[in-house]
Amino acid sequence: MIKIPQSVYDEIVAHALKDTPIEACGYLAGINGEVKYAIPMKNRDASNEHFSFDPQEQFDAFKKTQKEGLRLISVYHSHPETPARPSEEDIRLAYDPNVSYIIVSLAGETPDMKSFIIKNKTVEKEEIEIIKD
Amino acid sequence: MKLTINGDVKEIKDGIVLSELLVIEDVEQPDMVSVQLNDEFLTKDTYATTTLKEGDEINFLYFMGGGA
Repeated sequence: MIKIPQSVYDEIVAHALKDTPIEACGYLAGINGEVKYAIPMKNRDASNEHFSFDPQEQFDAFKKTQKEGLRLISVYHSHPETPARPSEEDIRLAYDPNVSYIIVSLAGETPDMKSFIIKNKTVEKEEIEIIKD
Repeated sequence: MKLTINGDVKEIKDGIVLSELLVIEDVEQPDMVSVQLNDEFLTKDTYATTTLKEGDEINFLYFMGGGA
């Protein structure tokens, strides 16, 4: 399970809506499965079907959270036109076994957010608990 | 020797090169990680020839991307 404060949940959705039709993406910083804040990242692909992070920006985020005693516990990205499920490309490129993968779909009438653990190309759904803040 | 690896101080055998460290750290596809040694990016073609030394700080992050 991953615990996400309501304000962070809202921020992720707002990021997805702002960037659509381009895929929005970012890290979630936290510890012990509890998210503290979101780190919006630039989508280097600037595409409605792909995203990738810039390595320098990744290290900046990593070092910031390290200093704060936090970790990068999740990666989020949006699917502007497709459901909140990992695509074949999402699964193939899920190299980091230490994070959960959150997808925000804008394909429906309301945004839909789901979280997944992807290891060795196997996908497992992860429950999201929204924390009131 | 002591190395700081992604923020954690670890005791690692002397004289290893970066590519060996990535194996120890269970990185199955070294081509898919970016590495900084003491805050400097390393190019992938140097992973097998970069010998690590006491006190080095190594950070590695996986390529992050996906589709739709």
